[in-house]
This record gives sequence, structure tokens and C-alpha cells, in this order.
Amino acid sequence: MSILLNRNTRLLVQGITGAEGSNHARLCKAFGTNIVGGVTPGRAGQEVDGIPVFNTVDQAVAATQANASIIFVPAPFATDAIYEAVEAGLKLVVCITDGLPTWEMVKVKRYISGKDVVLIGPNCPGIISPPEKAKAGIMPASSFMPGKLGLVSRSGTLLYEAAAQMTAAGIGQSTAVGIGGDPVVGTDFVDILKRFNDDPDVEAIALIGEIGGVAEQEAAEYVKANVRKPMCAFIAGASAPPGRRMGHAGAIISGDSATADSKLKALSAAGAAVTRNPAEIGKVMAELLASRS
Amino acid sequence: MKVHEYQAKAILAEFGVAVPRSRAASTPAEARAAAAELGGRVVVKAQVHAGGRGKAGGVKLVNTPEEAEAFAKGLLGTRLVTHQTGPEGALVPMVLVEEALSVARELYISILVDSVSKTNVIMASEAGGMEIEEVAAATPEKILKEWVDPLMGYQASIGRALAYGMHLDGGLIRQAADLIEGLYRAFIARDCSIVEVNPLVVTEDGRLLAADAKINFDDNAMYRQKAVAALRDTTQEDPLEVEATTTGVNNYIKLSGNIGCVVNGAGLAMATLDTISLFGGAAANFLDIGTVNNVDRVISAMRILTKDPDVKAIYFNIFGGMARVDVIAQGLVDSYKQLDVKVPLVTRLTGNGLEEGRRILAENGIAVIEASDMADGARKAVAAAAGR
Repeated sequence: MSILLNRNTRLLVQGITGAEGSNHARLCKAFGTNIVGGVTPGRAGQEVDGIPVFNTVDQAVAATQANASIIFVPAPFATDAIYEAVEAGLKLVVCITDGLPTWEMVKVKRYISGKDVVLIGPNCPGIISPPEKAKAGIMPASSFMPGKLGLVSRSGTLLYEAAAQMTAAGIGQSTAVGIGGDPVVGTDFVDILKRFNDDPDVEAIALIGEIGGVAEQEAAEYVKANVRKPMCAFIAGASAPPGRRMGHAGAIISGDSATADSKLKALSAAGAAVTRNPAEIGKVMAELLASRS
Repeated sequence: MKVHEYQAKAILAEFGVAVPRSRAASTPAEARAAAAELGGRVVVKAQVHAGGRGKAGGVKLVNTPEEAEAFAKGLLGTRLVTHQTGPEGALVPMVLVEEALSVARELYISILVDSVSKTNVIMASEAGGMEIEEVAAATPEKILKEWVDPLMGYQASIGRALAYGMHLDGGLIRQAADLIEGLYRAFIARDCSIVEVNPLVVTEDGRLLAADAKINFDDNAMYRQKAVAALRDTTQEDPLEVEATTTGVNNYIKLSGNIGCVVNGAGLAMATLDTISLFGGAAANFLDIGTVNNVDRVISAMRILTKDPDVKAIYFNIFGGMARVDVIAQGLVDSYKQLDVKVPLVTRLTGNGLEEGRRILAENGIAVIEASDMADGARKAVAAAAGR
């Protein structure tokens, strides 16, 4: 099993005729993902790598029974793309686009609350489920292998880094999710941790957080109360200066709770094995699993 | 993005927020004329992108236009050091000359995105004029909060609740509610990340005025805030950071160490800095080169690093995914052709395009200290920077 994505997922690519959209549609398809269509207004009737293109998400859903979407449209059009996907009834929407104004996501977050949809991102690498041969994301598939680890990260490249370390240590992944580096994202750590915790096929969990916000503290509270699976964590940005935006819009230290130290302490107190060395994420997980067996 | 106080007040005034009468001045003579126009008794305030100006000697109440001129002369063109600027201080390009207020009470208002509820929160306090973090730590009950539903938008009852909560009365209730609504409209219309008025002053004669104002803007929204973007004052930024943004290197932050870093991805870039400090070193910069396959971007990044006299070693940590290692390698080769690279180069390269990238570096005779993983790379970069 996996969370959010599996071999039955029927994926649309919004913005499929753009450079990024067409490239990643091809890569997701090559990995085994069932991509059923693409959407670009005014391009209906074309094909991208054999994938039919539609003018609207509604038309694509009617023709293909799509149930999920991945979005590559530029930031000024991303709010509309999310809205169109949600209104068309898709259950999973992955927004890769970065650079959305925060106010757009404040509105989107409120709009999707209570609706039967999961939005991942924006400004994220997406989701991959190696055992299901399904990928709705831009991560290099070669860093991942099938297994029973649930991996979740705010950062994209650190998700790849952690996955590569796990893979090198022989720890395969059930699902890996990049939730995105913005201050307001569709799905937070806690939502993903709940799914990993409830999935009997996930036997261990790794969380890669970073400075800024309170998502890691909220995750720690959930972990302390609910998670008994082996878990490890790393927080990026321990050496970052306060008040500076470290690449990600959400990665800024403003107040004591936003520091790496505060987040590591919270996760450690919740029972996670934490490391301050990003080169040792895989090693820490391997040692934890060895000590449990 | 940050702006000066005088710019923030001009924006708030557009939305009906009451601000003191004032003039911005860039020369002592202009400051004198402004003071004369405002009645002689004025406050002269250094304009820098940092707080703590008062304690740093950047704000003064003066009684005559001559005094205003003299104080402005001592400030303009100098560097003001506050607890927020670092030891190098910030250049004072302008002063704000403002009517002196007879202050009865000092209040506090701010608007920002609440990281817990993920919606806009308006905070108000009767304990104005102090650092709000100190108020929050010592007397959290003195901070009132009202959240705005993004789909309903601002409602007048929100401003009333805060006004009554701050124990205002009479005509001040209406003034406060109108002022808070103006602040909120500005926050939304200009894509602000924070609007802060501290202090919000009640004068002896019953007026409510934003005596200070700070606005930061959402960098992601600059594509639709051209007028705001034009307010950028590059004298308040590090010159290398300014140059980086003009050459397409948008995620460069100058730091105080001596290892120049080039990394793809913000998270990996932060983690690279962390690893360097774990091994006893310090990075000269944060630099996320992004995931775009672009040789010129690598050259631009190398140009910034070679201009930084602090850099004693360069460390490339690249996880080839969407950004391919061979493209980065080609960028390095071109950089060595175009630039005078005098310091050792440590590379930790992995992922897509690795073999091709290694071949390109070797064929072009680029001397590289290769690292097997992030920790190895950090260790070798620290040693190289120390001349070992």
C-alpha cells in the first residue's frame, strides 16, 4: 500500500504543453504512473508523448475519469489551476509551482478546508510511491526504492538527499512526500504523519523539517500522542541567521519557536531519533531499525 | 522586501490611515525647510531598514529648524548601528522630519499571517512603544488577537473589538476602527507580509496617529506590485546581494564565514551550511542555484563568489535531479575560463549527469577536491579554507 497515490491513480498534468510540464509528464509516465491526460487552454486535440491534451479540467475528467492532478503552470495562474482542479472533483492535487503570493495560499487553504481533496504544495517536489510505481512529482526516481519507510520533507532536494541515504542503507520507501517550502501549504506534516501512522505497510517514518513556522512543533505534538513506529528527524537551518529568508519563503527565523534547535528538541522529546548532521539521516534510521529488531 | 518608514507611512496614508504631518529630506537644508514648514518643533528620524533607531541615536526631538538641520547633517550619509544592523551599520540616505506629538498613550497594532491558523491575524496591545516580543513574553494577556476569515474579508466588528479591548472610548473607538480597517486594506492590496504600527499614538488632543510604521512585502507578489518594487532601496542591502539579483542569482545571502557555497535547492543549501558549522567552519554565503539547467547561472554564481574577499574556498554541493550535474560542470569549466578563480574548489556531486559531469571537469583540467558525501565535502571545504 501507499498513501495518497497508487497504481489506480489516474493523473492529469495541468500545464502539460510547457517545458517543465511536458518533461515531467514524460518522466512520471516512464516511472509507471498512469497519466491519463493533460490540460492547456486552447490546446485540445494535441498530444504530448501520446498523452491527450484537453482545454479544461472538467473536459479532461469527463473523457478520462482522472482523479488526481499535478500542476506546472506559472505562479500568476496557479491559484486558478488549483481552483479548477478542486471544482472538477479531483481528490488529489499536487502543485509544483513555486512563487505563489502568500495571500493566494491563505485563500486557497480556507477554500479547500472541509472539502474532500488533498492539496500538496505549492513550491514542492510532489509525491512518489516506489512500490506502486507511481509518481506525481519532479524527484529523480533513481534515488528511491520500494520499501516500508514513510518519508516527508518540506524541502525538495533534502527529500532526495534523505531518500538516497535511505536507499544506500537498504531502507526502501513506501511513499515519500515533499509538502513544500512556503509559509502556507495545502498539507502540513501532521496530515502526512497521520496517514503514515495509520498505514500498516509503513513501518518507520523519517521527517525532514526546516526553520520557520510551527509545523515541526505541531508534528511533535502529534507524534508524542500517537506515533509508536520508529521515527527519525532532521531540521535544516541550525546555522541560519535570524530574520533572513533562506531560499524558501517559509524558512525564516522570527521568534524562538522558529529555530532548528526548538524544533529538534520538540521532536526529540516526542520520541524521534534526531540528528544535527544531514549526512547521517540514513545512518540514524538504520541504527534505529537495528536496535528495534 | 523592506521599505523605509516614510515610504510605509505614504502607503498607509493612501488607505486612509492617519499619520503625523511629515516631510522626507535627503539634505540638511531640506530638513531645515521641512522643520520650518512643520512649525519648528519636530522629530528628526534616520531612515534605515532596521529597528532600534531611537536607542542608537538616530531619532531626536528638536525645537528649531536650525537644530533639525544640524541633527540631519550629523546623520545623512553616515552609517547608523542599531541592534538589528550588525556592526557595519546601515547607511542613512534620508531623514524624516515629523511634527512633534503630545503623547497621551502609546498603543500597538500589527497584521501578519498567523503560522498556526494560516490566516491573517490582527494583533493589538495597550503596551505600545515597547518591543512586542518582550510584551508577548512578559504579559501575553496584553496582546489581543483577531483573525480575519479570508473568504469573508474584513468586518467592522473586528476593529471595534480591538478598539474596545484597548480600552479606548468616545470618538477614539471610531478612529481606531477606521485606522485598523485602513491597515488591513493596505495589507491585502499591497501584498504585505507584515504591517506594524508601534507606537500607535493617542495625542493629548484626542487624535489617533500611526507615529511609526513598518511594512515588509511578500517577495513572491512583486510581479503584481510594480509600484512597491520600485520603492526598493539597494543602499540598505549588501552590495554582493544586490549584484546577485541583477544577474539572476536570486537566492544569495552574504554571511560572515569564509567558505563560498553553491548548492541546488534551499533545503540542501541550508543543510550544507549546517554541516560546515558542524565541522568547525563557517559559510561565506547561502546560495541556492535553483533547479534550472543554465550554464550562465553557474557563471554568475561563481562571479559573485570570486568577488567576495572573504571566500577562501568554494564548495559545490549538487544533487543532480532536475538540475543536471553535467550542466553544472560545464558552468564550472566556463567560469574558470572567464574568471580568475584563486581559491580551492571542493565538489560533492551526485545524481543525474554525474559521470558526464566528472568527465567534463577532468577533460578540462579543473582541479577539484572531490568529496564522497555531504559530511566529507564539509570537512574538506573547512580544511581547504584553512589552507590545510
